[in-house]
Amino acid sequence: MADKIMRVEHVSKRFDGLLAVDDVSLDFASGSITALIGPNGAGKTTLFAIVSGFLRPNGGRVLYRGGDITGQPSHRLARMGIARTFQIVQPFADLSVHENIAIGAHLSRPARAAALAAAAEVAGLVGLGDLLERRAASLTVSGGKRLELARALAITPTLLLLDEVLAGLNPSEIRDMLPVIRAIRDRGVTIVMIEHVMQAVMSLADTVHVLAEGRLIAEGPPLSIAGNSRVIEAYLGRGAAGRLAAVGGGNG
Amino acid sequence: MTARLLLPLLLVVVALALVPAVVTSNVALNFMVTVLLIALVGQGWNVLGGYGGQYSFGHSAFFGTGAYVTAILQVRYGVNAWLGFALGIATGALVGAAIGAVSFRSGLRGSYFALVTLAFAEVLRILASVTPITGAGVGTLIKLDLRPEALQFQSRVPFYWIILALVAISLIVARVIEASRFGAWLVAVRENESAARALGVNATLMKVSAMTISAAITAAAGCFYAQYFLFVDSGIAFGPWISVEALLAPIIGGIGTVFGPLLGALVVKMLGELAKLVAGDAPGLDLVIYGCVLILVVAFAPRGVGGVFHEFYNFVSRAWTPAPTPMRRRDG
Ligand SMILES: Nc1ncnc2c1ncn2[C@@H]1O[C@H](COP(=O)(O)OP(=O)(O)OP(=O)(O)O)[C@@H](O)[C@H]1O
Ligand SMILES: [Mg+2]
Repeated sequence: MADKIMRVEHVSKRFDGLLAVDDVSLDFASGSITALIGPNGAGKTTLFAIVSGFLRPNGGRVLYRGGDITGQPSHRLARMGIARTFQIVQPFADLSVHENIAIGAHLSRPARAAALAAAAEVAGLVGLGDLLERRAASLTVSGGKRLELARALAITPTLLLLDEVLAGLNPSEIRDMLPVIRAIRDRGVTIVMIEHVMQAVMSLADTVHVLAEGRLIAEGPPLSIAGNSRVIEAYLGRGAAGRLAAVGGGNG
Repeated sequence: MTARLLLPLLLVVVALALVPAVVTSNVALNFMVTVLLIALVGQGWNVLGGYGGQYSFGHSAFFGTGAYVTAILQVRYGVNAWLGFALGIATGALVGAAIGAVSFRSGLRGSYFALVTLAFAEVLRILASVTPITGAGVGTLIKLDLRPEALQFQSRVPFYWIILALVAISLIVARVIEASRFGAWLVAVRENESAARALGVNATLMKVSAMTISAAITAAAGCFYAQYFLFVDSGIAFGPWISVEALLAPIIGGIGTVFGPLLGALVVKMLGELAKLVAGDAPGLDLVIYGCVLILVVAFAPRGVGGVFHEFYNFVSRAWTPAPTPMRRRDG
């Protein structure tokens, strides 16, 4: 496998009594799409917040392109090429779609005109080209998710962290988004996506990491994960893998 | 910065420059000077509050700093008035940067930030009312010296030019901020700080910078005040009255817009005069009226008087246009 763009080493995060992320170690290969899955409350978003500088871990460290970035502020990490989207969309509500995207584009383009031009281009890429003048607050769920993606893309990231950008979309909207995400990867951006939509995970991801109750319980290519009994139990409860196998056996 | 963006600004300034040619009464000119003074204070507040979304209740801290530095440097250290004026602005900017750094680095937001700015202003007011260098309870009187070198004039007209020039500069500053990356990032921080940070915006730096510019503009108004009235005391310099007018003008005129503070200052001061006409000098009546207007604006015209004009203009121009045209057409 190619070299690792990011390495998470023994990272833990505690909220009061709750250990949201528990001694997690994993890494992301350059140029790949990695999926991070797991049941609700598994600690996926918390892990994103740590590697993007929004939360400081209680233990462990995060390496990015070989350097230790643990505890660095989020804006500095963004300038180093780490972009994230938010699970609960965070638009600049009162600004236009165009302006929303331009904020990110400004990172490498000080001039207004250049940032706006780049923003229009990115908008086209994610299918927002016709909605440039719309107020961000007035977008649909799918529009809001596209805007999250567009803004993150506008900073021309090296590593793109997508937190459930497909959640709340209908099947046809999901079908539209899959090639968009693949195209971003094809342009050389490393992607890590938290995703509950298994169809997307199966068709996009090179590697899947499974978190449950803060711990990493499985990792590997998508197909190996789908049949992993620990993963099935994490989602469906203890003994579920056995019961499923029994049901499957009875019917077959 | 294109000429198209500066043209409306130029027109407004030219129109205001014609005022002394038309208005000759001292009372009217005095009124216009007061309007422009509040427009300047309001523009200062607007840079931080309007574009940056950080509502300060203590802009008198900067106004008072400007006023006292101008006065004290002249009276106690014999510094030239023009130089004192410039140093007053610079000191105001420094005080803004310091208060901004302390507040924003410790993560103060919303009403906490508002209360802390109010506290800073009150501390300065109390200090100024007891320290000998400010003249304590008596205040500081600038010696009458009616020479342009001393920044004092026989007539009110030169003062009018000076305050108009300061307002013009503040309008240009606001316009330049609007048309720059700094302004875009500042507005982004106002709209959603987390999202801005995720996109590489150093939110704290944006807010501290905005507060520094904001304080410099407001301090300039304080310097002018000292020079115009030749008297400063702690209540005038650091009292809540100026903090209130600083936020009233932009909120009533149109928050986060270039002309909002000017428009709002005009409305506020006209209402104040009207109140005096109706009820004489009943103490606190102007504040009651301001409060009512503020409630009306916040409830019915959140984009201020300017926003109402704007909507009216859109309404009229739509009524004149035969068919509605889409805002923007893109091919393909
Ligand atoms: N700021 C916080 N303060 C306290 N507890 C938190 C905080 N953020 C998350 N948690 C808790 O930490 C745990 C992990 O949350 P996290 O949002 O990381 O889960 P997730 O895997 O992203 O779940 P989902 O699939 O529902 O998005 C949850 O129990 C959550 O309630
Ligand atoms: Mg989550």
